[in-house]
Amino acid sequence: MQQTLEQYQTITPKDVKTWVRVGRVHDFPEDGGVCVKHGTKQIAVFNFARRMAWYACQNLCPHKLEMVLSRGLTGDLDNEPKVACPLHKKTFSLKSGKNLNGDDLKIATYPVKIERENVYIGFSD
Amino acid sequence: MKKIVVIGNGMVGYKFCEKLAAHPRRQEFHITVFGEEPKPAYDRVHLSEYFAGKTADDLLLAPTGWYEKNGITLRTSELISAIDRKNKKVTTYKEKTYTYDYLILATGSTPFVPPIPGVDRKGVFVYRTLEDLDAIKDYASGIKQQGRTSAAVLGGGLLGLEAAKAVKDLGLKAHVVEFAPRLMPRQLDDKAADMLKTEMEDLGISIHLNKRTDNILGEDRITGMQFAGEEVLHTDMLIISAGIRPRDELARNCGLETGERGGITVDNRMRTSDPFIYAIGEATLYNNGIYGLVAPGYDMATVAVEQITGGDKVMAESIDMSTKLKLIGVEVASFGDPFIENAEVVAVTYENKFSRIYKRINVTKDGTRLLGGILVGDASDYNSLFQIYLNGLPLPENPEDLILGTRGEGNTSALGSALDLPDTAQICSCESISKGDICHAITEKGCTSVGDVIGCTRAATGCGGCKPMVADLVKETLKSQGIEAKEVICEHFGYSRQELYDLIRVNNITTYNEALYTLGKGDGCEVCKPALASLFASIYNETANKQATIQDSNDRFLANIQRNGSYSVVPRVPGGEITAKKLIALGKVARKYDLYTKITGGQRIDLFGARLDELPHIWKDLIDHGFESGHAYGKALRTVKSCVGSTWCRYGMHESVSFAIRIEERYKGIRSPHKLKGGVSGCIRECAEARSKDFGIIAVEGGWNLYICGNGGANPKHAILFAEQLDDETCIKYLDRFLMFYIKTAAPLTRTAKWLDELEGGIAYLKQVIIEDSLGIAEDLEKEMQQLVDTYECEWKQAINNPEMRKRFSHFINSDDTDDNMAFVPMRDQKMPKPWL
Repeated sequence: MQQTLEQYQTITPKDVKTWVRVGRVHDFPEDGGVCVKHGTKQIAVFNFARRMAWYACQNLCPHKLEMVLSRGLTGDLDNEPKVACPLHKKTFSLKSGKNLNGDDLKIATYPVKIERENVYIGFSD
Repeated sequence: MKKIVVIGNGMVGYKFCEKLAAHPRRQEFHITVFGEEPKPAYDRVHLSEYFAGKTADDLLLAPTGWYEKNGITLRTSELISAIDRKNKKVTTYKEKTYTYDYLILATGSTPFVPPIPGVDRKGVFVYRTLEDLDAIKDYASGIKQQGRTSAAVLGGGLLGLEAAKAVKDLGLKAHVVEFAPRLMPRQLDDKAADMLKTEMEDLGISIHLNKRTDNILGEDRITGMQFAGEEVLHTDMLIISAGIRPRDELARNCGLETGERGGITVDNRMRTSDPFIYAIGEATLYNNGIYGLVAPGYDMATVAVEQITGGDKVMAESIDMSTKLKLIGVEVASFGDPFIENAEVVAVTYENKFSRIYKRINVTKDGTRLLGGILVGDASDYNSLFQIYLNGLPLPENPEDLILGTRGEGNTSALGSALDLPDTAQICSCESISKGDICHAITEKGCTSVGDVIGCTRAATGCGGCKPMVADLVKETLKSQGIEAKEVICEHFGYSRQELYDLIRVNNITTYNEALYTLGKGDGCEVCKPALASLFASIYNETANKQATIQDSNDRFLANIQRNGSYSVVPRVPGGEITAKKLIALGKVARKYDLYTKITGGQRIDLFGARLDELPHIWKDLIDHGFESGHAYGKALRTVKSCVGSTWCRYGMHESVSFAIRIEERYKGIRSPHKLKGGVSGCIRECAEARSKDFGIIAVEGGWNLYICGNGGANPKHAILFAEQLDDETCIKYLDRFLMFYIKTAAPLTRTAKWLDELEGGIAYLKQVIIEDSLGIAEDLEKEMQQLVDTYECEWKQAINNPEMRKRFSHFINSDDTDDNMAFVPMRDQKMPKPWL
């Protein structure tokens, strides 16, 4: 299980070595999440249409290690975009990955870019 | 700078620090606190909540950092072994010494362990510290694994009954053994104690009165207790709760005056026989008494702080021992002198063995003053009665109105409004907060909510018993200031759910985004999205498919997420009636997808362990066999449970199954502020347990009795009789109105019982609105309900027939693979999620 967790490390735009295409914009529901697969990784991608922004993070809930974050509700806390885990409603910043309602759990976040209606996620491998 | 050393970091020792830390002359003192327990001071009053899931940290009175922030040196796990009065210094068990100018003894008490032979056997515990509780927990789980499940508590006082609840919560069979002829002998009279005993026994706790324990039996560990007269009670563990003994050994060893039967003697300034040493809390002997309650201990701490800082506050002559608590769901309170009855004082009592309520008030013969009383079963008037007693307020013309309520015309309470109390009335006796202090916090310090007032005054932070009264005062005071306490659903919408219901309807708002633009701000959250989704469903009857991403996660995928991220599926089985053919179909589907099957409490069948991508396939099969969504995932009507009724049962009065099916079919799919459950019983034996539901219908001679606003769960509530002997049509008419009124006015995630609790005017008002149509809205309510009924659609049928909607159920959008992280292990011929780490 620890291995599953360790393969998720936050990638900032300057760490990106490859941009992986994961779908077309219209495959992604507005203001909700879906899950994409990259190798052994599961990444939750959020089309934050209200802000014309896109966010990506690990699909793995860091609390109980289940692949569920993409199914959580999105929103904001004091303007910080967040997702609420469907299992126990822990909320995480989609920018910093920080747990916003307690604990010191953290999730890995990934950069997203949109080019000609294609959605790409940045990885360092 | 003067040095103060505090020995003891319990609740009272902490209170001393808190009061001194907030004192204007704080800077003149350096404070060092010694605590022998590893944790800083925690809340012993609510110790039992540790068993109910609270953590040790939840119980802390102040976080560890508080002491440092306030310049207080806290030394935990450090026992003081001696006091040298001549040189004014204390010695720790590690032989380190510290000098003092003032010494505060807040050493508390130890549980009294009677010298019964065998009391040192394994499996015998006391109930005092977190460590005790941990030891009890460990031992209990050990014996349970060996199939031994009986536990006894020695002592039927307050703490003993708490301990009995705790062992019951640990899954053991609890026995309470009391030497006196009744429970809680210091607080209750015979009738009150009897009522409490019946309640306890109903809850499965055995009560043994008049029992002197002569021997604790067993080889190495306890196996039983032997009472006088050779009677033996078999038990696998024992918790002793037979009173307290003040910890006065340090004081005695250094020559301070102590009582014959223990306790450090103090005067009304909390000073011991040494003018530089003060003692506070349960360790003291004040006016020949030892007080095992937190409120007098807090008063003592306040007095000691005042005296040391040059004030003149002294301890009151008589100590108030009033208490109110909830024991295993039974409210018990006693105040003033609960027993007094003589030539000048009469006791007025009310005893109702049906509802299990006993009330007693002791009133002077001239009917002018209340001197004390007892409440069992319903202590809701405790705060008001206590205020009347404490402040010597005038009594109504007929003192019995205080416990019976005013009868006849009008609904004015004999107890009056909280605002009628004098400013000096003490509301929170733990913290000595008066009514004036609370009102002042609002009028002068700008507090606008109960939370603000508690933060500002510290009222209700002790035992918490005064919280309802504080809430009333805050509400009333705000109202008198022209400020309505505003209830909003979350930071994104400045409205209550009821206001949003009206705004969305009037402005014809049809999407969440539109609502956020016109009525809210920000990007929403996991609170307001489902709340508005519920409103759109209630107003337009739209299914969860239309705005899938604002639905709570379970509604979005029309199934209940379980431990490993798999889902469970519950098809509707109206009234719990199902044909053999449909049962076989369910079994086949379960086998085809390898699902774990279990019968639910609502007479349905739950199929667990489905992957997200399997859900549409499972539902395709179920729908082909004639099933519909059971809405088990939604805040919606769940089931209407029934017993077989007059069709089969020889006692049945009416056809309960047929009526249950009719009602479930009528309200299926209707979303509401919280889940809704119903039940129909065919006779008064109530096999459908209908009174534990939001609405319960029971067949009686001449029709149906309708009960409303009950629930099971953590705070069980019996539904209340609403109307009697109704025919089918009238029953449904009232239900339509009641449910719609609830749907329109309740706050999010509020069950009907809580909603009724908070409804001004209560059940009487609700009857006026629903039965007498006092607001003139009955017809509208019925129409709105009828519209919801007429536009019902099974949302699973909708989802599987629409390829666009079906996409939602793929685990990945860029691959047909399934979640390889999800794992199951076998269990009793079925499967279960692989346990969490």
